[in-house]
Amino acid sequence: MNSPTHNDDRELRVSKIENGTVIDHVPGGQALKVLAILDIDGSGGETVSIGMNVPSEKLGRKDIVKVEGHELSQNEVDVISLIAPDASINIIREFDVVEKSRVDRPTSVTDVVACPNRNCITAQDEPVVSRFDVLDDGVRCVYCDTIVRDDLTDHIHTE
Amino acid sequence: MASEFVDVPLINAGDGAGHHPTQTLLDLYTIRENVGFEDLSIGIMGDLKYGRTVHSLSHALTKLDARQHFISPESLRLPRSVRYDLHEAGANVREHTEIEDVLSSLDVLYVTRIQRERFHDENEYRKVAGQYHITADLLERADDDLIVMHPLPRVDEIAPEVDETTHAKYFQQAHNGVPVRMALLDLLLRGETQ
Repeated sequence: MNSPTHNDDRELRVSKIENGTVIDHVPGGQALKVLAILDIDGSGGETVSIGMNVPSEKLGRKDIVKVEGHELSQNEVDVISLIAPDASINIIREFDVVEKSRVDRPTSVTDVVACPNRNCITAQDEPVVSRFDVLDDGVRCVYCDTIVRDDLTDHIHTE
Repeated sequence: MASEFVDVPLINAGDGAGHHPTQTLLDLYTIRENVGFEDLSIGIMGDLKYGRTVHSLSHALTKLDARQHFISPESLRLPRSVRYDLHEAGANVREHTEIEDVLSSLDVLYVTRIQRERFHDENEYRKVAGQYHITADLLERADDDLIVMHPLPRVDEIAPEVDETTHAKYFQQAHNGVPVRMALLDLLLRGETQ
């Protein structure tokens, strides 16, 4: 009986949004990286709420990101899954959740991670875009085998 | 990447610091000629980080269930991607920094060149190069049947005196490159095994 109320209280720590996206179950401390992936730094004027290190039964600590007026594209969801494999995406319209989904880790990502190997063919002036296979704990360049793990966010670019 | 743009058979003849699969074919042929693959214990020494022949060879040796000892300075360890693959494939792998630790247990010692340009500091290069130097004296401590291989060219990691010992198989290994690659071309052009 107490549990739902308890959770509702937690949800209220960050205000509800009218239209946009709530990204829940982000690993604790990763919220700012999610915003970086979405290329949101506040300069665009979006209303953004972040809960960091909120107690979570599933993750121990989790982050929540709420972005007003922005519905995530599939490409953005794919990229977020790389750093937040357990995240759930809630699309909000007029204060209601109209769509709720878990992120689905793709087997590979194309043109979203820049290969840090300067000798990689994708880093040259060749007509080829980056492609990475997705591993359990990182990504691996299809062309030069470079594995990117801890500093993955630094190499992500979204259009 | 080239294979995405052509519709004919493509041979990787060595890509940068990546892989060198045709070298692996002749390396395997040389190992089979001399010591066979059964219960094989091989030491692979030198620049394991940038040594493309090592990367391809280690994948093949994993399929053959060989015991692989990698001997290198810490800064030239196998790259992360190769270690990942070997781990995923359940390879029998040990890493060492001193050749003396494993020399007596080896059937094959595969030596690679340590390149000066990989080091920012000349002193560091000299220290490492001096440490990974195979001499006839050192090989006294090895099994009589140990074979020494090298993809060539060498710099000074194998003393010329070793050439005269029965251990030295690197010239035979280089020679094997011709028939093995002929066979590969034949296989691709005719599309069938003989």
